[in-house]
Amino acid sequence: MDDLRKFLIDKVLLSDSDTLAPETEKVLRRVRREKLEHAVIFISSGTHSIIAGSEKTRAAIQSYIDENEQGTEIVNVGCNGPLSFEPFVCIQLPGKNRLYFRNITEEKVEPLLNGIFHNDINKDDLAGQHGTKGFELWPGIPFIDELPFFANQKRVVLGNCGCYDPESIDEYIARGGYRAYAKAIRHYTYEEVCDIVERSGLRGRSGGGYLTGLKWKQALNTPASSRYLICNAKESDPGAFTDRTILESDPHRLVEGIAIASYAIGASSAVVFFRKNSEHAQQRLQKAIDNAREYGILGHNIFSSGYNLDIIIRKEPGAFVCGEETALLSTLEGKRGMPQLKPPYPTTSGLFSKPTVINNVETLMNVPLIMENGPEWFRAMGTQKSPGTKVFAIAGKGRMSGVIEVEMGTTLKTIVEDIADGIREGKDLKAVQLGGASGTFIKKENLELPVDFDQMAEKHIPMGAGGFIIIDENTCIVDLVRYFMEFIRNESCGKCIPCREGTGRMLEILDSVIKKPVNEDSGTTLERFKGVMQLETIASVMKDTSLCGLGQTAPNPFMSALENFREEFEEHIFDRKCRANICRGLRTFSIDVDKCTGCTACASKCPVNAIYGTRLQPFFIVEEKCTGCGICYDICKFSAIKVK
Amino acid sequence: MSKDIEQIIKKYKPGRREELIPLLQEIQDEHGHLSEQAIVRVGNFMGLSTTKIFGLATFYDQFRFFPSGKVNVRICNGTTCFLNGSQAVVNKLKEETGLAPGQTGRDGIFSYEVVTCMGGCNNGPVLTVNGEYYTSVKPEQIPELIKKLKFIIEND
Repeated sequence: MDDLRKFLIDKVLLSDSDTLAPETEKVLRRVRREKLEHAVIFISSGTHSIIAGSEKTRAAIQSYIDENEQGTEIVNVGCNGPLSFEPFVCIQLPGKNRLYFRNITEEKVEPLLNGIFHNDINKDDLAGQHGTKGFELWPGIPFIDELPFFANQKRVVLGNCGCYDPESIDEYIARGGYRAYAKAIRHYTYEEVCDIVERSGLRGRSGGGYLTGLKWKQALNTPASSRYLICNAKESDPGAFTDRTILESDPHRLVEGIAIASYAIGASSAVVFFRKNSEHAQQRLQKAIDNAREYGILGHNIFSSGYNLDIIIRKEPGAFVCGEETALLSTLEGKRGMPQLKPPYPTTSGLFSKPTVINNVETLMNVPLIMENGPEWFRAMGTQKSPGTKVFAIAGKGRMSGVIEVEMGTTLKTIVEDIADGIREGKDLKAVQLGGASGTFIKKENLELPVDFDQMAEKHIPMGAGGFIIIDENTCIVDLVRYFMEFIRNESCGKCIPCREGTGRMLEILDSVIKKPVNEDSGTTLERFKGVMQLETIASVMKDTSLCGLGQTAPNPFMSALENFREEFEEHIFDRKCRANICRGLRTFSIDVDKCTGCTACASKCPVNAIYGTRLQPFFIVEEKCTGCGICYDICKFSAIKVK
Repeated sequence: MSKDIEQIIKKYKPGRREELIPLLQEIQDEHGHLSEQAIVRVGNFMGLSTTKIFGLATFYDQFRFFPSGKVNVRICNGTTCFLNGSQAVVNKLKEETGLAPGQTGRDGIFSYEVVTCMGGCNNGPVLTVNGEYYTSVKPEQIPELIKKLKFIIEND
């Protein structure tokens, strides 16, 4: 083990030539598992996979191997992307291409492995083979890269995800990792690294898309005794999971990215600000940092260059607003996480009033690649103004969901129709929601829009941290807007009045729109109409006067929903009708006298005693009492209850 | 119990405000909640008034001031789970237990938390109890689940 470590450091990381000696390559091929003497089974082991049952699959495979095929190795790898395929299992026999199998639950393990080891492959669960140079093809089996899910992606940032054991630093180094970093700290000055990144045109992957290289230069050019780099891995938007997947699948590249960025700004300590509830990702990142320290990649006088760096992990204590830069800094300083006025920007006066650069995970993941392949390589991808790729977490009602990466300039339509493979159960697409809880809705008709910072900004659509929610016709937009508003109301820090009061007031009004009033006399109706007329005003005041991004963007879901789905709001307000039948306050039920057998099941379960009748005679519902909860509808065995 | 707090505190340096949150987090990880005693002790140690510490801890949702139940259910109400009907499951939990999220019942057995996104977006709504995951949860499964969990606890 120690020999390998020494070998990797001396012969690979500290090698000055660009090409490695053939005998070194030979060793690396073995570490990369490209020369196999026995079969290897790769199991995805991210949080999604565990939820889908990969631990049980793993145990089943282990017991099969112990009994039948001793010598076969099991490797935990990160997530390949498609959540819908979990538990995702990949099998490689010596000298042959990797084969991928989807949804391998516990009970499928034995037939699958029996087939594989006796040359009879079960085609039902097969996802495809992965072609690698120098390996034998499986005849008649499609390539996994040709699946629409993968074919329309360009996996660069996610390139390593799912291919190697994220807990093995050796494998990462053998795949070319940490070489860019070793080169940077030994041969480049701080300014040169900033220059390379600036020339590549890399823009911060969340928020406004500020040029990363420029941001670094600002921090570097501010005179100070020390500087800090912060990696914002908080992503607490409901429904965003890109960062977590990256951290679980490829933590070493993030460590390398942080290390290069720290060097570029001359920082000797870096902090990863971590989200709660992702212990698995945290363990993997901690292990990666510890290993890097053991290898001398972090620490004191790294590779005799005179540069010192240490990375620490701080877990966020749970406040959505801490994603905002200045609030994040307050939290790290041990105060209540409330935003501050900007300027001064963190690049001049940040953590402990020292120059601080805050970058998110995806941005930093790009950095080692740029250093390795050069800025021109990066510029060649994507569009003129927004080079590179963008990672999204597609979720919601699409047939496929998962973490994907597309080249900038790809249209949203391609993502929805090809990568996500349309909508589940043959339903119609209604809209796409980008940017999390304070994001915007994009109507079906506008999906020709390419993924590009400037073109999206023109339409007031934020790129967001990567949440990409696909919404089908069975979703009520008003209900969803209310859900986002409730989330923001709960997370508002309370420092500035427009956000604190505005979110609460907007939620109240939206509640009155979707809920059944206690009595529908003229007073409550008037209140509701008055409220609704104020909604737009409140939204615009909040946008203009809130202190931080949270408050300024909080009305976004409402404003974009109103713009795109005004008729649905009007239906709710004037006709008291929800076309998706989601808003329970607007539903009323009636009993079909021909079908009702008088079994009393509904009457006994009704929480407000709104159902009356005599046993074995048809029952009826008193509409004034009914709250529209739908318990009777679910419980009726004779489908006698109808939604009006 | 107080001895544990001393052991944890030993690892930190007094007066370093930036270590306050990690210290509180470690105490909570160890004890499950922040007791009054712990907050007073941390205040002494950091040289800050108890109200400051309490003010900080109440700002963040992670900190709780009462022990959680022996069974702590975490239910996801992220956007995808919401689209698949997690709100109904949360309502059902509320109705069945009579508790608000984060509260613990008088018997100290049951508590539940609502979180946003646990990462099971393909199989939502997702619910987890002591490390075991339940996927595609329906509201009508809740009463049975609670009964099952209580049964396990009472027979322990």
